[in-house]
Formats: sequence, C-alpha cells, structure tokens
Amino acid sequence: MDAKDKILVQVHNLKKYFPITQGNLLQRHVGDIKAVDDVSFDIYQGETLGLVGETGSGKTTVGRTMLRLYEPTAGQINFGDTDLTALQGNELRRIRARMQMIFQDPYASLNPRMTVGSILSSPLEVHGVWKGNQKRDRVDELLRIVGLNPDFVNRYPHEFSGGQRQRICIARALALNPDLVVCDEPISSLDVSIQAQVVNLLDELQDKLGLTYLFIAHDLSMVRHISDRMAVMYLGKIVELADRDEIYLHSLHPYTQALMSAVPVPDPDIAKARKRIILQGDIPSPANPPIGCNFNTRCPVVRENCYKDDPAYRKIINKHWVACHYAEDYL
Amino acid sequence: MEPLLEIKDLKVRFHTEDGIVNAVNGISYSLEGGGILGVVGESGCGKSVHALSMMRLIQIPPGNIESGQVLFDGRDLIKLSEAEMRQVRGRDIAMVFQDPMTSLNPVYTVGFQICEALMLHKGLDKNQAKERAGELLTLVGIPGAKQRLDDYPHQFSGGMRQRAMIAMALSCEPRLLIADEPTTALDVTIQAQIVDLVRRLQEELGMAVMWITHDLGVVAELAHKINVMYAGYIIERGDVWDIYKRTRHPYTLGLLGSLPRLDEPPGTKLVSIPGLPPDLLALPKGCPFAARCIYRIEQCLRENPPLVEADGKDHIVACWRWEHIAGRVS
Repeated sequence: MDAKDKILVQVHNLKKYFPITQGNLLQRHVGDIKAVDDVSFDIYQGETLGLVGETGSGKTTVGRTMLRLYEPTAGQINFGDTDLTALQGNELRRIRARMQMIFQDPYASLNPRMTVGSILSSPLEVHGVWKGNQKRDRVDELLRIVGLNPDFVNRYPHEFSGGQRQRICIARALALNPDLVVCDEPISSLDVSIQAQVVNLLDELQDKLGLTYLFIAHDLSMVRHISDRMAVMYLGKIVELADRDEIYLHSLHPYTQALMSAVPVPDPDIAKARKRIILQGDIPSPANPPIGCNFNTRCPVVRENCYKDDPAYRKIINKHWVACHYAEDYL
Repeated sequence: MEPLLEIKDLKVRFHTEDGIVNAVNGISYSLEGGGILGVVGESGCGKSVHALSMMRLIQIPPGNIESGQVLFDGRDLIKLSEAEMRQVRGRDIAMVFQDPMTSLNPVYTVGFQICEALMLHKGLDKNQAKERAGELLTLVGIPGAKQRLDDYPHQFSGGMRQRAMIAMALSCEPRLLIADEPTTALDVTIQAQIVDLVRRLQEELGMAVMWITHDLGVVAELAHKINVMYAGYIIERGDVWDIYKRTRHPYTLGLLGSLPRLDEPPGTKLVSIPGLPPDLLALPKGCPFAARCIYRIEQCLRENPPLVEADGKDHIVACWRWEHIAGRVS
C-alpha cells in the first residue's frame, strides 16, 4: 500500500472546450461545447481510478486530454514531475511511451491490414528500444502475457474474436512498459462472459506489472469492481470522488445516489426490496448547460440556491470530494 | 388457462455461402397472457432470431424456418399468409428494437409514424389518429407531447426516441410486446426510466411482455419467468427466483458469476467462463456448452442433454449433471 500514496498524475482545473462555429468561409466562433469544465483529481501510483458518467458527460474527453490526444483549453496535467501541457515535439513523444490507451471498440482500433506481429512491434520500432531478435522475443512475450498463443503473430485481426482482439489491444498498450494505461470503455462491446475474462486479465496485469489505470466506463458495477477509487462525472464536471466502498455506501451527491439506485442488481430479492430514485428527463446539452448547479434540471432535491450558484467541488470528509451545496446534509 | 403464445420445436437455419448456420435448434415454451418473460443470452445464442422468426421477419432465403409451430392464441403464425401476418404485426404483437436511432424513419415526423399504425390497424381518420398519438406520447412520458408530434426523430434524444418507439408499439394495444434489447443503447438512468415505464404499462394494459436481453440484472427485477439461451437452445427455464437463487445449469451459473455486483464485498473475484461460444456452423455433437464447462464428464461430449424438470415442473434444465450442481449451489 505504500506505493499507493505516491501521486503519479495530478490534474488541475482541466478544461477542454470544443468551439461551435457558424458560416462556411469565415468560421465565426459562436459558442463552446464545454466537454470538460474545470476538473481536478489525482491518480496514485498503482491504483485504479474509475471514471463513470453517462453519454456526453465528458469522461472520454478527460482521458484523451490527459494524454494530450486533445489540446487542453486550460489547466495543468502533471505526470510524475513533468507538466505535460508544456511539452512539445520529441519530449512529448518520449513521455507518451509511459502512458498508453486501450480503446472501446477492438474492431475499429486494430489496422485490418497489419498482422498481429506488426501491430505489436510498431510501438517498439517507433520508440527504437528493441531491435531484431529482441523485438521478436518481446512480441512473443507480450502475446503470452495477455493469454494468447505466440504462434498467432502472423494472423490478421479479423481471425480473432472480440475478446481476443481486446487482448491484442492490451498487449499493444503494454509493449513499451507504460506506467499509466487509460482504459476507455474496454469491455463495453464484449459479451458478458468475455467481459469477465478481460477484466480479470487487467486485474492480474496490474498486480504483475504494477500498472496504474484510469478506467473509464458507464457500467457502474464493473467500475466499482475494478477500481480503488471512483469519480462520477456529470456534464463536464466531477460531481463526486471517493473510495469505491465509501461512494457506494455513503454517496453524498444526489446524482451519484440516483445512478447507484438505477443499476440493475442480478438478484430478484434485492431488486424488489430496493427503493429506486428515477431521474426525470435527459442530460442537458453541454453547449448550453444550466445556470447554477448543472444538475438542477434533474435533481430530485433541488433548492432555490441551486439555480443561482455553481456548487464548489470540495473535500467534505477524508478523501471524499463532492460538488453539491448540500452535501453536508447527507453526512 | 390457454397460454397466449406457445412455441413448439422451433428450428431456424440460415443457408449461407460458408455453410448452414444453426441459429435456433428446436425450442419450445409457452407464455401466459399478462406475463413478463425474460430471454437471456449472449450474442449469437438465437434470442433475437427466434423472436424475429416468430414475427416472420427474418429474410428468407438465406434464413429458413425448418420446422416448428408458433401458436399465438391457438393460430399457427408460421402457416399464415403474408397478408394475414401483416394484420398480426403491430396489432396483436408489437416489437421494440434495440437501436432507436435506426428503427425510426428519419424523413417522416414522429407523429406521422405513430399515426400510420393507428390508421392502418384501427381505421382511425387523420385527426383521430393525431389525437391518439398525442395521448400515447403523453402516456410514455414525453413532455409537451402534442407539440412534439411534428418533430423529426433527430430532434429527439435517445431515450425519447425509445419512448416514441414504445408509444408506437403500444398504439394498437397489442397483447404481446416483444422488446429486443430495448435499453442496451441507453444510459443507466434512462434505462431505469424505460424499465419503469414498461412495467407500469404492462400492469395498466395487461399485455404480455417478452424482454430480450444479455443483461441478467435488468430482468431480475422485471421478469416473472426467464429463458436462458445458449447456441440456439434453451438450456434453463424457470421462475425468476429459481434461475437466480436455485441455478441448475453451469452456463447460467457462469453468467451470474461473470457479473460484478454493485453490492459485492471488496476483493470479490469474477468467475469468468473460459473459452468462446461454439461455432453455429458446426455445433459439437454433445452438449453445446461442454467445451467451456467445468463440470463436464465424458457423457457430455457424446450426448446433448434433453430439458428435464429440475425442482418441479416449472424449472427445467438441459444438463446431465444438474443434480450435482444443485448440491453445490444451495
């Protein structure tokens, strides 16, 4: 547990706005989609931070901006001792070897014209660490680590099932011995029985290689299963962040409470006995978020103040952060 | 009581260039009027194909209903002419599909698409239909329903589109609603809204519901009975409580084990099912699940187990070793 006290990534007031433009020739800037709006969190070495939220909450954008796949609009991302937002060119490329990503759709994220061998050796070539035989051995080793037969090196992605392809994606992400792996909905496109295989693999690899994960998903029970701590996003903001058990047992934000109660439990007794909070309406457009607290259009316990002031994201008790004016009432 | 729907030995195959796909391999069950049936299984287990075949919506060829009967209210749907079948679809049995983005026609207004069914099956005129369509959208909880009749599908959000689909399906007060993964494309909070809506409407209107899904969580709170399907077979069927609490088939047990639970104690390991589902082009000789089963014995590789009664006549299972598994579960 000692290693888990060391911070690997620090994100401060991160913002990512996508401009909305009008006109064909002279693209006038008429507004912004605030995909990520002032988000701060830390990721400790060796932990899994789960990031949940509904479609359009900005969770994927957080993951991508953190790796500088998107240019942040504002804010700071510290990776170890380095400020990622200040890096350019070769320096950025070099540090990217230490942070990798696994994408949602294993059908779209592997080049269909490349063999598994060439997919796995291209990161090694780009970063020029391994050469010749060493490279071949490394590809062998990677396939074995993710539970695939090393004889598959000359096969093409279409010869594999969804779960096996996701294993290839994991192997590719691990090729350069990264510290941080951002897993963006890595199991949503897989069947239930295969999901468990992939999650168990990610778990084992973390133990074996000391990886740190940012695990992004909309499936709350799966995120709770794999994470040490969980952050809940709504409309571009983190509304609550705490330990996995704390957030499940004592959630302090009405959105988290509703989200938890909406998750189906595969047990008819519990399902019947449980009280559900059913939220009305849909998530508002991030181009035109509500004034005040951005959850005020759907909040079951909304009060007058919520239409005026945006609640501060603050530490309520030990390691438990919430953005709700009345979070203290739930303590 | 006469069941509303009775399926007898339904077999569906697809004759493709690669060979014969054994999509549904002789399934039989019945559904009472007003009951909610959950059909659970993974991709390719035949859950959607069996429903589409029932509605005679699979493409023939390559598809073919090789044998079997689908008795709806005593009438065999397989034997009906295309014109008679069109009378059944929408009026007696309605269907809601997985993807609300692609199952609404983007060039017609939502109102028009609901009115179409009402004018066709109920013989309403344009104004009456419009009136009724407005009521239906209100019923499924779309705010400002009357004004939104003239909207096009792209002006609706995902959850609203699925509500509109449900309104359309309910328009003729069907006796059976088939919902094929209706919430898979939606977020949890919206899923909760839709599940709640279907349950309420089912109680109010007294229709039967078939809810097809891969998610054992959703049907746990909705369904009365569950069919678990694997490789085109029903491998376990019973009351919802029996399926979850007195599980008798190793595949059902594996599915439940692979699901993380929100209320699980810390440090719980997921029990994954090793391997992959069998190739429907070449099903194994014995039990289709044998290759992945940890309880496998030699007999499983030789003979496909028939469905037998496990704990009474309402709980049936296709496994040679269900008694052994029963000893381990409860």
